[in-house]
Amino acid sequence: MLIDTDKCVACANCVPVCPMGAIYVDPEINRARINEDECVECGTCFRGMSQEHLNPTVVRAVRKLAKLFRFRFEPEPDVCPTAAFVMNDLAMPRLVRQVFSDPVVEHKSTGIKGRGTEEVKTNDVNPRVDVGEVGYTIEFGRPGVGVRFRDIQAMTAALAELGVRFEDKNPISHLMTDRSTGTLRADILNEKILSGIVEIKTTLDQVEPVLSTVEEVNRHIDTVTAVGISTRCDDEGQETKLAELLDELGYLAERAKTNMGLGRLTNLEAT
Amino acid sequence: MTNTLHRYGKSSSFRDDFILFCIPSPGKNDQGAVEKQKAFLRICARHRPVNMGNGNKGSYKPERHLDPRSHWNRDTSPDWKGVIAGVSKPGTVAAVFDSQDKAVACLREVIDADLGLSVNLSTSVTGAQEVAECCGIPRHSVEYSLGFTDPHDHLPNSQVLELSTMCGHGMVSFNMARKMLDMVREGRRTPEQAVTTLARFCPCGVYNPARARRLLEAARKRTA
Repeated sequence: MLIDTDKCVACANCVPVCPMGAIYVDPEINRARINEDECVECGTCFRGMSQEHLNPTVVRAVRKLAKLFRFRFEPEPDVCPTAAFVMNDLAMPRLVRQVFSDPVVEHKSTGIKGRGTEEVKTNDVNPRVDVGEVGYTIEFGRPGVGVRFRDIQAMTAALAELGVRFEDKNPISHLMTDRSTGTLRADILNEKILSGIVEIKTTLDQVEPVLSTVEEVNRHIDTVTAVGISTRCDDEGQETKLAELLDELGYLAERAKTNMGLGRLTNLEAT
Repeated sequence: MTNTLHRYGKSSSFRDDFILFCIPSPGKNDQGAVEKQKAFLRICARHRPVNMGNGNKGSYKPERHLDPRSHWNRDTSPDWKGVIAGVSKPGTVAAVFDSQDKAVACLREVIDADLGLSVNLSTSVTGAQEVAECCGIPRHSVEYSLGFTDPHDHLPNSQVLELSTMCGHGMVSFNMARKMLDMVREGRRTPEQAVTTLARFCPCGVYNPARARRLLEAARKRTA
Protein backbone atom coordinates (compact mmCIF):
# COMPACT_ATOMS: atom_id res chain seq x y z
CA MET A 1 0.00 0.00 0.00
CA LEU A 2 1.23 3.46 -0.85
CA ILE A 3 0.19 6.99 0.01
CA ASP A 4 0.44 9.54 -2.78
CA THR A 5 2.24 12.41 -1.05
CA ASP A 6 1.08 14.83 -3.75
CA LYS A 7 -2.49 14.12 -2.69
CA CYS A 8 -2.24 13.51 1.07
CA VAL A 9 -3.32 16.50 3.17
CA ALA A 10 -2.35 14.98 6.57
CA CYS A 11 -5.94 15.03 7.82
CA ALA A 12 -5.11 11.84 9.81
CA ASN A 13 -8.50 10.27 9.20
CA CYS A 14 -6.69 7.12 8.09
CA VAL A 15 -4.59 6.82 11.27
CA PRO A 16 -7.22 5.09 13.45
CA VAL A 17 -8.57 3.14 10.48
CA CYS A 18 -5.50 0.90 10.15
CA PRO A 19 -6.06 -2.41 12.02
CA MET A 20 -2.32 -2.69 12.65
CA GLY A 21 -1.77 0.93 13.71
CA ALA A 22 0.80 1.22 10.94
CA ILE A 23 -0.19 4.70 9.66
CA TYR A 24 1.05 7.90 11.23
CA VAL A 25 1.46 11.55 10.27
CA ASP A 26 5.12 12.37 9.79
CA PRO A 27 5.66 15.95 11.06
CA GLU A 28 8.80 16.36 8.93
CA ILE A 29 6.89 16.12 5.67
CA ASN A 30 3.39 16.84 7.03
CA ARG A 31 1.98 13.80 5.25
CA ALA A 32 0.66 10.45 6.40
CA ARG A 33 3.14 7.60 6.13
CA ILE A 34 2.91 3.84 6.36
CA ASN A 35 5.28 1.76 8.45
CA GLU A 36 5.92 -0.85 5.76
CA ASP A 37 7.20 -3.46 8.17
CA GLU A 38 4.01 -3.30 10.23
CA CYS A 39 1.59 -2.94 7.28
CA VAL A 40 -0.10 -6.25 6.46
CA GLU A 41 -1.56 -5.07 3.11
CA CYS A 42 -5.12 -5.70 4.31
CA GLY A 43 -6.50 -2.87 2.16
CA THR A 44 -8.69 -1.41 4.91
CA CYS A 45 -7.38 2.12 4.27
CA PHE A 46 -7.80 1.87 0.50
CA ARG A 47 -11.04 -0.07 0.34
CA GLY A 48 -12.77 0.67 3.63
CA MET A 49 -12.55 4.46 3.51
CA SER A 50 -14.88 6.43 1.31
CA GLN A 51 -13.11 8.71 -1.10
CA GLU A 52 -13.62 12.29 -2.07
CA HIS A 53 -11.58 13.73 -4.89
CA LEU A 54 -10.98 17.23 -3.58
CA ASN A 55 -8.16 19.48 -4.71
CA PRO A 56 -5.28 18.86 -2.25
CA THR A 57 -3.99 22.42 -2.47
CA VAL A 58 -7.38 23.85 -1.55
CA VAL A 59 -7.84 21.37 1.30
CA ARG A 60 -4.39 22.13 2.72
CA ALA A 61 -5.11 25.87 2.60
CA VAL A 62 -8.44 25.44 4.39
CA ARG A 63 -6.84 23.18 7.00
CA LYS A 64 -4.02 25.66 7.54
CA LEU A 65 -6.49 28.47 8.08
CA ALA A 66 -8.62 26.39 10.44
CA LYS A 67 -5.50 25.37 12.38
CA LEU A 68 -4.47 29.01 12.71
CA PHE A 69 -7.73 29.84 14.45
CA ARG A 70 -7.83 26.49 16.25
CA PHE A 71 -11.07 25.56 14.54
CA ARG A 72 -11.96 21.94 14.76
CA PHE A 73 -13.19 20.64 11.43
CA GLU A 74 -15.48 17.66 11.99
CA PRO A 75 -15.34 15.59 8.80
CA GLU A 76 -16.84 12.16 8.38
CA PRO A 77 -14.29 9.92 10.13
CA ASP A 78 -14.06 7.30 7.38
CA VAL A 79 -13.26 9.55 4.45
CA CYS A 80 -10.02 10.18 2.58
CA PRO A 81 -10.70 13.65 1.16
CA THR A 82 -8.22 13.37 -1.71
CA ALA A 83 -8.24 9.62 -2.49
CA ALA A 84 -4.54 9.45 -1.62
CA PHE A 85 -4.17 5.69 -1.13
CA VAL A 86 -2.75 3.60 -3.94
CA MET A 87 -2.89 -0.18 -3.95
CA ASN A 88 0.32 -1.30 -5.63
CA ASP A 89 1.14 -4.68 -7.18
CA LEU A 90 3.02 -6.96 -4.82
CA ALA A 91 5.44 -9.81 -5.43
CA MET A 92 6.39 -12.75 -3.24
CA PRO A 93 7.22 -12.91 -0.43
CA ARG A 94 5.37 -9.67 0.45
CA LEU A 95 2.35 -10.88 -1.50
CA VAL A 96 1.53 -13.35 1.30
CA ARG A 97 0.70 -10.36 3.52
CA GLN A 98 -2.12 -9.36 1.20
CA VAL A 99 -3.54 -12.81 0.54
CA PHE A 100 -3.70 -13.60 4.25
CA SER A 101 -4.92 -10.17 5.34
CA ASP A 102 -7.29 -8.81 2.70
CA PRO A 103 -10.57 -10.79 2.81
CA VAL A 104 -11.61 -9.84 -0.71
CA VAL A 105 -8.39 -11.04 -2.33
CA GLU A 106 -8.19 -14.65 -3.45
CA HIS A 107 -5.29 -16.86 -2.45
CA LYS A 108 -3.54 -16.81 -5.82
CA SER A 109 -0.25 -17.74 -4.18
CA THR A 110 -1.76 -20.84 -2.61
CA GLY A 111 -4.59 -21.61 -5.01
CA ILE A 112 -7.09 -21.52 -2.17
CA LYS A 113 -9.61 -18.84 -1.31
CA GLY A 114 -10.00 -17.43 2.16
CA ARG A 115 -7.79 -17.77 5.22
CA GLY A 116 -8.97 -21.26 6.00
CA THR A 117 -11.11 -23.96 4.46
CA GLU A 118 -14.75 -24.96 4.71
CA GLU A 119 -14.16 -26.33 8.24
CA VAL A 120 -17.47 -27.91 9.36
CA LYS A 121 -19.55 -25.35 7.50
CA THR A 122 -20.05 -27.88 4.71
CA ASN A 123 -19.57 -30.98 6.86
CA ASP A 124 -23.05 -32.13 5.79
CA VAL A 125 -21.99 -32.53 2.15
CA ASN A 126 -18.21 -32.68 2.43
CA PRO A 127 -17.49 -34.78 5.54
CA ARG A 128 -14.35 -33.67 7.33
CA VAL A 129 -15.12 -34.28 10.99
CA ASP A 130 -17.15 -37.28 12.10
CA VAL A 131 -18.68 -38.24 15.44
CA GLY A 132 -15.79 -38.81 17.87
CA GLU A 133 -13.42 -36.73 15.78
CA VAL A 134 -12.40 -33.18 16.53
CA GLY A 135 -11.46 -30.42 14.11
CA TYR A 136 -9.51 -27.33 15.20
CA THR A 137 -9.04 -23.91 13.71
CA ILE A 138 -6.15 -22.25 15.50
CA GLU A 139 -6.13 -18.63 14.46
CA PHE A 140 -3.24 -16.26 15.09
CA GLY A 141 -3.07 -12.48 15.09
CA ARG A 142 -6.73 -11.58 15.16
CA PRO A 143 -8.08 -9.37 16.53
CA GLY A 144 -5.88 -6.38 15.87
CA VAL A 145 -2.44 -7.75 16.66
CA GLY A 146 -1.12 -9.56 13.60
CA VAL A 147 1.42 -12.34 13.46
CA ARG A 148 4.68 -13.23 11.70
CA PHE A 149 4.99 -16.59 9.99
CA ARG A 150 7.96 -17.48 12.20
CA ASP A 151 5.58 -17.43 15.17
CA ILE A 152 3.05 -19.57 13.32
CA GLN A 153 5.89 -21.99 12.59
CA ALA A 154 6.65 -22.24 16.29
CA MET A 155 3.09 -23.51 16.75
CA THR A 156 3.02 -25.84 13.74
CA ALA A 157 6.32 -27.39 14.84
CA ALA A 158 4.95 -28.05 18.33
CA LEU A 159 1.72 -29.49 16.93
CA ALA A 160 3.64 -31.68 14.49
CA GLU A 161 5.45 -33.24 17.44
CA LEU A 162 2.04 -34.34 18.75
CA GLY A 163 1.48 -36.22 15.49
CA VAL A 164 -1.59 -34.23 14.43
CA ARG A 165 -2.76 -34.15 10.83
CA PHE A 166 -2.70 -30.77 9.10
CA GLU A 167 -5.69 -30.09 6.87
CA ASP A 168 -4.75 -30.46 3.20
CA LYS A 169 -6.82 -27.64 1.76
CA ASN A 170 -5.57 -24.91 4.03
CA PRO A 171 -3.39 -21.99 2.94
CA ILE A 172 -0.87 -22.41 5.75
CA SER A 173 -0.56 -26.15 5.15
CA HIS A 174 0.12 -25.23 1.54
CA LEU A 175 3.07 -23.08 2.62
CA MET A 176 4.70 -25.93 4.56
CA THR A 177 7.83 -27.48 3.12
CA ASP A 178 7.63 -30.42 5.53
CA ARG A 179 4.32 -31.27 7.17
CA SER A 180 5.89 -33.91 9.41
CA THR A 181 7.82 -31.15 11.19
CA GLY A 182 5.45 -28.23 10.54
CA THR A 183 8.20 -26.32 8.73
CA LEU A 184 7.15 -23.32 6.62
CA ARG A 185 8.83 -21.77 3.59
CA ALA A 186 11.95 -19.91 4.75
CA ASP A 187 11.35 -16.85 2.55
CA ILE A 188 8.08 -15.92 4.28
CA LEU A 189 9.05 -16.34 7.93
CA ASN A 190 9.49 -12.63 8.63
CA GLU A 191 6.33 -11.58 6.79
CA LYS A 192 3.56 -10.18 8.97
CA ILE A 193 -0.11 -10.94 8.32
CA LEU A 194 -3.34 -9.86 9.94
CA SER A 195 -4.39 -13.41 10.66
CA GLY A 196 -3.57 -16.97 9.76
CA ILE A 197 -5.44 -20.15 10.54
CA VAL A 198 -3.86 -23.56 11.12
CA GLU A 199 -6.31 -26.42 10.78
CA ILE A 200 -5.83 -29.87 12.24
CA LYS A 201 -7.91 -32.88 13.11
CA THR A 202 -7.52 -35.37 15.95
CA THR A 203 -9.49 -37.86 17.97
CA LEU A 204 -11.31 -36.82 21.14
CA ASP A 205 -8.56 -38.09 23.45
CA GLN A 206 -6.04 -35.64 21.98
CA VAL A 207 -8.04 -32.53 22.82
CA GLU A 208 -6.28 -31.88 26.11
CA PRO A 209 -2.69 -32.17 24.82
CA VAL A 210 -3.50 -30.09 21.74
CA LEU A 211 -5.12 -27.27 23.70
CA SER A 212 -2.42 -27.22 26.36
CA THR A 213 0.24 -27.13 23.62
CA VAL A 214 -1.49 -24.16 21.99
CA GLU A 215 -1.58 -22.30 25.31
CA GLU A 216 2.03 -23.11 26.10
CA VAL A 217 3.37 -22.05 22.69
CA ASN A 218 1.23 -18.89 22.79
CA ARG A 219 3.17 -17.81 25.89
CA HIS A 220 6.33 -17.69 23.81
CA ILE A 221 5.05 -16.03 20.64
CA ASP A 222 4.12 -12.36 20.57
CA THR A 223 0.52 -12.56 19.36
CA VAL A 224 -3.01 -13.62 20.29
CA THR A 225 -4.70 -16.90 19.41
CA ALA A 226 -8.32 -17.92 19.01
CA VAL A 227 -9.25 -21.58 18.87
CA GLY A 228 -12.36 -22.97 17.23
CA ILE A 229 -13.06 -26.61 17.99
CA SER A 230 -15.62 -28.66 16.12
CA THR A 231 -17.27 -32.01 15.96
CA ARG A 232 -20.27 -33.72 14.46
CA CYS A 233 -23.55 -34.04 16.35
CA ASP A 234 -25.38 -37.35 16.68
CA ASP A 235 -28.47 -38.29 14.64
CA GLU A 236 -30.72 -36.43 17.09
CA GLY A 237 -28.65 -33.27 16.72
CA GLN A 238 -27.09 -33.59 20.16
CA GLU A 239 -23.46 -33.00 21.03
CA THR A 240 -22.35 -33.62 24.59
CA LYS A 241 -18.98 -35.41 24.46
CA LEU A 242 -16.86 -32.49 23.29
CA ALA A 243 -18.90 -29.92 25.23
CA GLU A 244 -18.48 -31.88 28.48
CA LEU A 245 -14.78 -32.41 27.85
CA LEU A 246 -14.26 -28.69 27.27
CA ASP A 247 -16.17 -27.98 30.45
CA GLU A 248 -13.95 -30.43 32.37
CA LEU A 249 -10.85 -28.75 30.97
CA GLY A 250 -12.11 -25.35 32.10
CA TYR A 251 -13.00 -23.87 28.72
CA LEU A 252 -16.20 -21.87 28.53
CA ALA A 253 -17.67 -21.90 25.03
CA GLU A 254 -20.02 -18.91 24.82
CA ARG A 255 -20.42 -18.91 21.07
CA ALA A 256 -20.60 -21.46 18.28
CA LYS A 257 -21.12 -21.86 14.60
CA THR A 258 -23.71 -24.53 13.92
CA ASN A 259 -24.19 -26.43 10.68
CA MET A 260 -27.93 -27.00 10.36
CA GLY A 261 -27.58 -30.02 8.07
CA LEU A 262 -29.53 -28.66 5.11
CA GLY A 263 -26.86 -29.28 2.48
CA ARG A 264 -27.03 -32.15 0.01
CA LEU A 265 -25.18 -33.33 -3.06
CA THR A 266 -26.73 -31.69 -6.10
CA ASN A 267 -23.94 -31.58 -8.68
CA LEU A 268 -24.57 -34.12 -11.41
CA GLU A 269 -21.20 -35.85 -10.95
CA ALA A 270 -21.62 -35.89 -7.15
CA THR A 271 -25.06 -37.53 -7.00
CA MET B 1 -13.00 -18.67 7.40
CA THR B 2 -13.97 -18.10 10.99
CA ASN B 3 -15.21 -14.58 10.45
CA THR B 4 -18.33 -14.85 12.60
CA LEU B 5 -17.15 -17.35 15.21
CA HIS B 6 -14.93 -15.38 17.52
CA ARG B 7 -17.05 -12.43 18.56
CA TYR B 8 -16.17 -11.11 21.98
CA GLY B 9 -18.90 -11.26 24.59
CA LYS B 10 -20.78 -13.46 26.97
CA SER B 11 -23.60 -15.70 25.78
CA SER B 12 -26.24 -13.19 26.89
CA SER B 13 -24.52 -10.51 24.79
CA PHE B 14 -25.47 -12.45 21.66
CA ARG B 15 -29.21 -12.20 22.30
CA ASP B 16 -29.48 -9.82 19.34
CA ASP B 17 -26.82 -11.45 17.18
CA PHE B 18 -27.89 -14.28 14.85
CA ILE B 19 -25.98 -14.75 11.61
CA LEU B 20 -27.38 -17.14 9.04
CA PHE B 21 -25.13 -17.94 6.14
CA CYS B 22 -25.22 -20.39 3.29
CA ILE B 23 -22.24 -21.83 1.50
CA PRO B 24 -21.81 -24.24 -1.41
CA SER B 25 -19.05 -26.84 -1.51
CA PRO B 26 -16.99 -27.06 -4.71
CA GLY B 27 -17.70 -30.28 -6.59
CA LYS B 28 -20.59 -31.18 -4.31
CA ASN B 29 -23.34 -28.62 -4.72
CA ASP B 30 -21.86 -25.57 -6.39
CA GLN B 31 -23.59 -25.99 -9.78
CA GLY B 32 -26.32 -23.37 -9.99
CA ALA B 33 -25.28 -22.08 -6.59
CA VAL B 34 -25.35 -18.40 -7.55
CA GLU B 35 -29.10 -18.41 -8.14
CA LYS B 36 -29.66 -20.41 -4.94
CA GLN B 37 -27.56 -17.96 -2.96
CA LYS B 38 -29.59 -15.09 -4.36
CA ALA B 39 -32.77 -16.97 -3.39
CA PHE B 40 -31.35 -17.39 0.13
CA LEU B 41 -30.67 -13.66 0.40
CA ARG B 42 -34.13 -12.78 -0.95
CA ILE B 43 -35.68 -14.95 1.78
CA CYS B 44 -33.47 -13.30 4.39
CA ALA B 45 -34.37 -9.81 3.16
CA ARG B 46 -38.04 -10.55 3.83
CA HIS B 47 -37.31 -11.16 7.51
CA ARG B 48 -35.94 -7.71 8.28
CA PRO B 49 -32.20 -8.41 8.70
CA VAL B 50 -29.92 -5.73 10.10
CA ASN B 51 -27.15 -6.49 7.60
CA MET B 52 -26.47 -8.76 4.65
CA GLY B 53 -23.37 -9.55 2.62
CA ASN B 54 -22.15 -11.57 -0.32
CA GLY B 55 -18.54 -12.09 0.68
CA ASN B 56 -17.28 -9.09 -1.25
CA LYS B 57 -19.78 -6.43 -0.38
CA GLY B 58 -21.99 -5.66 2.59
CA SER B 59 -25.18 -3.65 2.61
CA TYR B 60 -23.26 -0.71 4.13
CA LYS B 61 -20.39 0.15 1.84
CA PRO B 62 -17.85 2.89 1.28
CA GLU B 63 -18.27 5.24 -1.65
CA ARG B 64 -15.60 5.78 -4.29
CA HIS B 65 -16.83 9.26 -5.24
CA LEU B 66 -18.34 10.80 -2.16
CA ASP B 67 -20.03 14.14 -2.60
CA PRO B 68 -18.48 16.60 -0.07
CA ARG B 69 -21.97 17.84 0.80
CA SER B 70 -22.75 14.38 2.20
CA HIS B 71 -20.78 15.23 5.36
CA TRP B 72 -24.01 16.84 6.54
CA ASN B 73 -26.48 14.19 5.36
CA ARG B 74 -24.66 10.90 4.91
CA ASP B 75 -26.79 8.01 3.73
CA THR B 76 -27.08 5.39 6.50
CA SER B 77 -29.57 3.07 4.79
CA PRO B 78 -28.64 -0.52 3.87
CA ASP B 79 -28.56 -1.64 0.24
CA TRP B 80 -30.17 -5.09 0.15
CA LYS B 81 -30.69 -5.09 -3.62
CA GLY B 82 -27.04 -4.31 -4.28
CA VAL B 83 -25.92 -7.23 -2.13
CA ILE B 84 -28.25 -9.68 -3.90
CA ALA B 85 -27.37 -8.42 -7.37
CA GLY B 86 -23.68 -8.56 -6.48
CA VAL B 87 -23.59 -12.35 -6.03
CA SER B 88 -21.56 -13.35 -9.06
CA LYS B 89 -19.92 -16.66 -8.14
CA PRO B 90 -20.33 -19.43 -5.57
CA GLY B 91 -19.21 -18.34 -2.11
CA THR B 92 -20.52 -17.43 1.30
CA VAL B 93 -23.56 -15.18 1.62
CA ALA B 94 -24.87 -14.07 4.99
CA ALA B 95 -27.64 -12.22 6.78
CA VAL B 96 -27.58 -10.83 10.31
CA PHE B 97 -30.70 -10.76 12.50
CA ASP B 98 -31.25 -8.97 15.76
CA SER B 99 -33.70 -11.44 17.28
CA GLN B 100 -34.11 -15.16 17.67
CA ASP B 101 -37.67 -14.95 16.38
CA LYS B 102 -36.51 -13.46 13.09
CA ALA B 103 -33.79 -16.10 12.76
CA VAL B 104 -36.30 -18.89 13.37
CA ALA B 105 -38.82 -17.48 10.88
CA CYS B 106 -36.13 -17.03 8.24
CA LEU B 107 -34.62 -20.48 8.77
CA ARG B 108 -38.06 -22.08 8.47
CA GLU B 109 -38.53 -20.46 5.09
CA VAL B 110 -35.01 -21.48 4.02
CA ILE B 111 -35.80 -25.09 5.00
CA ASP B 112 -38.99 -24.98 2.93
CA ALA B 113 -37.07 -23.60 -0.05
CA ASP B 114 -34.84 -26.72 0.01
CA LEU B 115 -31.91 -25.02 -1.68
CA GLY B 116 -29.52 -27.90 -1.01
CA LEU B 117 -26.72 -25.60 0.17
CA SER B 118 -25.15 -25.86 3.62
CA VAL B 119 -26.71 -23.41 6.05
CA ASN B 120 -25.00 -22.37 9.28
CA LEU B 121 -26.03 -20.25 12.20
CA SER B 122 -23.49 -18.30 14.22
CA THR B 123 -24.66 -17.14 17.64
CA SER B 124 -24.50 -18.35 21.24
CA VAL B 125 -24.31 -22.11 21.71
CA THR B 126 -27.72 -22.21 23.36
CA GLY B 127 -29.23 -19.77 20.87
CA ALA B 128 -28.37 -22.05 17.96
CA GLN B 129 -29.73 -25.09 19.79
CA GLU B 130 -33.02 -23.31 20.42
CA VAL B 131 -33.35 -22.13 16.82
CA ALA B 132 -32.75 -25.67 15.53
CA GLU B 133 -35.34 -27.06 17.95
CA CYS B 134 -37.90 -24.42 16.99
CA CYS B 135 -37.40 -25.32 13.33
CA GLY B 136 -37.62 -29.06 14.06
CA ILE B 137 -34.22 -29.97 12.60
CA PRO B 138 -31.28 -31.77 14.17
CA ARG B 139 -27.97 -29.91 14.23
CA HIS B 140 -25.37 -31.56 12.00
CA SER B 141 -22.09 -30.18 13.31
CA VAL B 142 -20.97 -27.56 15.76
CA GLU B 143 -17.81 -25.47 16.09
CA TYR B 144 -17.26 -23.92 19.51
CA SER B 145 -15.30 -20.73 20.01
CA LEU B 146 -12.86 -20.94 22.93
CA GLY B 147 -12.34 -17.18 22.82
CA PHE B 148 -9.11 -15.22 22.65
CA THR B 149 -5.90 -16.14 24.44
CA ASP B 150 -3.78 -13.07 25.07
CA PRO B 151 -0.82 -13.85 27.34
CA HIS B 152 1.03 -10.69 26.27
CA ASP B 153 -1.74 -8.26 27.11
CA HIS B 154 -2.25 -6.93 23.58
CA LEU B 155 -6.03 -6.62 23.65
CA PRO B 156 -8.01 -3.50 24.61
CA ASN B 157 -10.99 -3.26 26.98
CA SER B 158 -14.20 -5.23 26.51
CA GLN B 159 -16.19 -2.34 24.99
CA VAL B 160 -13.65 -1.91 22.19
CA LEU B 161 -13.34 -5.67 21.71
CA GLU B 162 -17.10 -6.20 21.45
CA LEU B 163 -17.36 -3.53 18.77
CA SER B 164 -14.30 -4.43 16.74
CA THR B 165 -14.61 -8.22 16.69
CA MET B 166 -17.96 -8.08 14.91
CA CYS B 167 -15.92 -7.84 11.75
CA GLY B 168 -14.28 -11.22 12.00
CA HIS B 169 -11.71 -10.41 9.36
CA GLY B 170 -10.39 -7.67 11.62
CA MET B 171 -11.20 -4.75 9.30
CA VAL B 172 -12.73 -2.71 12.14
CA SER B 173 -9.65 -1.58 14.02
CA PHE B 174 -9.45 -1.14 17.78
CA ASN B 175 -8.62 2.53 17.26
CA MET B 176 -11.64 3.10 15.02
CA ALA B 177 -13.96 1.38 17.51
CA ARG B 178 -12.44 3.48 20.30
CA LYS B 179 -12.85 6.64 18.22
CA MET B 180 -16.53 5.90 17.62
CA LEU B 181 -17.05 5.20 21.33
CA ASP B 182 -15.46 8.56 22.14
CA MET B 183 -17.43 10.44 19.47
CA VAL B 184 -20.71 9.02 20.77
CA ARG B 185 -19.80 9.80 24.39
CA GLU B 186 -18.85 13.34 23.42
CA GLY B 187 -22.08 13.83 21.50
CA ARG B 188 -20.22 14.35 18.22
CA ARG B 189 -21.96 11.41 16.53
CA THR B 190 -25.19 9.56 17.17
CA PRO B 191 -24.93 5.81 17.78
CA GLU B 192 -26.74 5.33 14.45
CA GLN B 193 -24.07 7.32 12.58
CA ALA B 194 -21.26 5.60 14.46
CA VAL B 195 -22.43 2.04 13.74
CA THR B 196 -22.91 2.82 10.07
CA THR B 197 -19.36 4.12 9.93
CA LEU B 198 -18.06 0.92 11.54
CA ALA B 199 -20.21 -1.36 9.37
CA ARG B 200 -18.80 0.18 6.18
CA PHE B 201 -15.40 -1.34 6.99
CA CYS B 202 -16.79 -4.90 7.01
CA PRO B 203 -16.81 -6.06 3.37
CA CYS B 204 -18.60 -9.35 4.12
CA GLY B 205 -21.67 -7.64 5.58
CA VAL B 206 -21.66 -9.62 8.83
CA TYR B 207 -21.15 -6.63 11.14
CA ASN B 208 -24.17 -6.31 13.41
CA PRO B 209 -25.30 -2.64 13.57
CA ALA B 210 -28.12 -3.43 16.00
CA ARG B 211 -25.82 -5.01 18.58
CA ALA B 212 -23.25 -2.28 18.01
CA ARG B 213 -25.90 0.38 18.61
CA ARG B 214 -26.92 -1.30 21.87
CA LEU B 215 -23.27 -1.54 22.96
CA LEU B 216 -22.62 2.12 22.14
CA GLU B 217 -25.74 3.25 24.02
CA ALA B 218 -24.70 1.15 26.99
CA ALA B 219 -21.15 2.50 26.90
CA ARG B 220 -22.42 6.09 26.69
CA LYS B 221 -24.64 5.66 29.70
CA ARG B 222 -22.29 3.16 31.38
CA THR B 223 -25.15 0.74 31.81
CA ALA B 224 -23.05 -2.32 31.00
